[in-house]
Amino acid sequence: MIGLEHYLTVAAALFVIGIFGLFLNRKNVIILLMSIELMLLAVNINFIAFSSFLGDLVGQVFTLFVLTVAAAEAAIGLAILVCFFRNRGTIDVEDVNVMKG
Amino acid sequence: MEQIILFAPLVGALIGGFGWKIIGEAAAQWLTTGLLFLAAILSWVIMLTFDASAHDNGYYWVEIMTWIQSGTLDTSWGIRMDRLTAIMLVVINTVSALVHLYSFGYMAHDEQFPDTPYKARFFAYLSFFTFAMLMLVTAGNLVQMFFGWEGVGVASYLLIGFYYKKPSANAAAIKAFVVNRVGDFGFALGIFAIFYVTGSINFDVIFAEAPKIAETTLHFLWRDWNAAEVIALLLFIGAMGKSAQLILHTWLPDAMEGPTPVSALIHAATMVTAGVFLVCRMSPIMEFAPSATSFIVFLGATTAFFAATVGLVQNDIKRVIAYSTCSQLGYMFVAAGLGVYSVAMFHLFTHAFFKAMLFLGAGSVIHGMHHEQDMRNYGGLRHKLPWTFRAMMIGTLAITGFGIPLLYVGFPVGFAGFVSKDAIIESAYAGTAGGYAFWMLVIAALFTSFYSWRLIFLTFYGKPRGDKHTHEHAHESSKVMLVPLAILAVGAIFAGMVFYKPFFGNAKYVGQYFGVAYAEQGAHGDDHAMDGHTDETHADDDHAATVDAHHGDEDAENHGDMSENDEANGYDAAEKDHGETHYAFDGEPGQGAIYVAHDNTTLDDAHLVPVWVKLSPFFAMILGFATAWLFYIRSPHLPRKLAQQQAPLYNFLLNKWYFDELYDAIFVKPAMWLGNFLWKRGDGNVIDGTLNGIALGIIPKLTRLAGRAQSGYVFTYAFAMVIGVVVIMTYFTITGSYE
Repeated sequence: MIGLEHYLTVAAALFVIGIFGLFLNRKNVIILLMSIELMLLAVNINFIAFSSFLGDLVGQVFTLFVLTVAAAEAAIGLAILVCFFRNRGTIDVEDVNVMKG
Repeated sequence: MEQIILFAPLVGALIGGFGWKIIGEAAAQWLTTGLLFLAAILSWVIMLTFDASAHDNGYYWVEIMTWIQSGTLDTSWGIRMDRLTAIMLVVINTVSALVHLYSFGYMAHDEQFPDTPYKARFFAYLSFFTFAMLMLVTAGNLVQMFFGWEGVGVASYLLIGFYYKKPSANAAAIKAFVVNRVGDFGFALGIFAIFYVTGSINFDVIFAEAPKIAETTLHFLWRDWNAAEVIALLLFIGAMGKSAQLILHTWLPDAMEGPTPVSALIHAATMVTAGVFLVCRMSPIMEFAPSATSFIVFLGATTAFFAATVGLVQNDIKRVIAYSTCSQLGYMFVAAGLGVYSVAMFHLFTHAFFKAMLFLGAGSVIHGMHHEQDMRNYGGLRHKLPWTFRAMMIGTLAITGFGIPLLYVGFPVGFAGFVSKDAIIESAYAGTAGGYAFWMLVIAALFTSFYSWRLIFLTFYGKPRGDKHTHEHAHESSKVMLVPLAILAVGAIFAGMVFYKPFFGNAKYVGQYFGVAYAEQGAHGDDHAMDGHTDETHADDDHAATVDAHHGDEDAENHGDMSENDEANGYDAAEKDHGETHYAFDGEPGQGAIYVAHDNTTLDDAHLVPVWVKLSPFFAMILGFATAWLFYIRSPHLPRKLAQQQAPLYNFLLNKWYFDELYDAIFVKPAMWLGNFLWKRGDGNVIDGTLNGIALGIIPKLTRLAGRAQSGYVFTYAFAMVIGVVVIMTYFTITGSYE
């Protein structure tokens, strides 16, 4: 029987993979976006798992909201990326350090 | 009418001071002077028509506006019109108007300001001073009085430092301001103490509570004191500063750096008498503070003596008169301290005329001699300056107290100073039983006569000394300067004789004039005393009880008892000699302009002093005159010989008893050292050092550290954020305080 714990474990694993994707990635900004997406999905799984477990629909409604926002965010992120590539000719994360103090 | 008197000078000051560029300098001068003359005329109208008995408690109140209302503190801005105010209004506005007029001539040309306009500024300051002084004397509560008190301080500062290009004038202005601050501190503490004890700063409340104050104890500094004594002493410290009494007198001679009309107005006739006015105004409290008033008498007498001795040897014509002012203020304080407030006001009144006149006369001489002030460079000026000479002569006769002794035709015959100064000396004899104060004042009278005549002889007699060119060009002043002298001369001659009765007649006249209840004291015998007295009071209802009708019955009987006791103390004998009816003050604190305790009979006793006492100031005057004549007319080499023989004494007096040097060593030097220390070490090393250390040492290091933390990589920031979230979550999980 697959219980709540399994869902939570999967979600936690996804979340940590997302975080590691953020930190360890030195090359590609797209991978950053994908990592953020992974983290959001992990949260969504948590929402749905708890919603099902507690019999409360609000969690699933929230998930739909999060998906919508994530889609919009991905679109904006990709748009920024295109602009950035046009300006700099690269999307290497190593080169994006204009904010260095 | 009262409002016009109060605000005319203010309007003049504002328009003259700020608007002279629009209306022109001459117009500003005329405007301020015109408004002052208006105020002066109205003041005389008020003084001559004011009838204390027509009003409850001898005064009426003209409300102008509510000023401060906070808790129990309720201060209105208004005019308290009683006899004291009326007298001061006349003194202030008359002298001020004449000084304004005089300044047209005196300030016409000034080498200090070759191309800057200065006249409108001068006249605006004068008018502003007058307004502040009027605020002081019309006050119905202590806060308004303090406002005026500080206002005249500011005006005095501005006018002493009028020649702001002269460093000495600036120094003198600062000195006057700082020394006055010391006195004002005492005055302010006195006001606080009064508010603390009575919960009010309004005169009528304070005065009514005066007997209660006398029974209150007040913890001050290290022990409990009688509240009335503490308050009286603190107020007197304020008066000492303003009126240049010993210890706080050092600013007055230096204040002569100001233009001479200023010296006449502020440092002779009006502002410096504010202290005397304060003591008289606070008479209900003073009467309950015997120790404090003894101190006032002592200090006043000492100041009179001290200032007179210093005046003997000064060479600057204005300084002589300045020390003379200081000395005469001492006389007034002796009278005020003895409880004969009317006599103090009398001398204040007459002194304003002859002292203002002496100053304006001195100004005329200085003006004629091209700003030469050293009397050693004068001499023989009576032909060059005939009218000034006559004016100064009248002033000198008045201040030295020239008159016909023992002649009494309803009033004593003599110049103003003769009448009022003798009144003080007789009161001093009666009040102190021929003690310290009396002798000091007589000796001071001798010295006064000497230095006043010395001034006249050095200036107007003998051969011209000093710069020959200056003497050749010496000229009489213009009419605009002589007319004020003439008007003041009238006051200097007649003020004493005309106003003798209301100020120094007896308790009945003085009581009527000041709105104080009085009772007859002429009864003899034991049983008879009560009956006779009560009857007489009833018969006297017309005037005796008008002042305070409800007072009549019960108090007359009470008083009958008291007068009995007084008579037991040898009153009878004196009475038989003169065969006159005696009156004593019978008012309650707060009724009338002044309050004199029922057992204070100094005013009455002063008329009964032995004949030699009455003659003593006259002989002192003659002796002083003779000595001055011998020294400066007969054998002019004598003074120098004497000065050489008595060199230590001469230098002691010439250096004003070394007060300035003493203060320099005690206060100024340590203060300078402390200031220097705080500046160099405290400010330079500690404060600047700390700031520089932080700004140049620590801050750059911190910023470099913070800068290095900024890698510019998004993932570093994200990592920091995640770490932060983890830490916060861990914290809340462990402590469980999210609930």
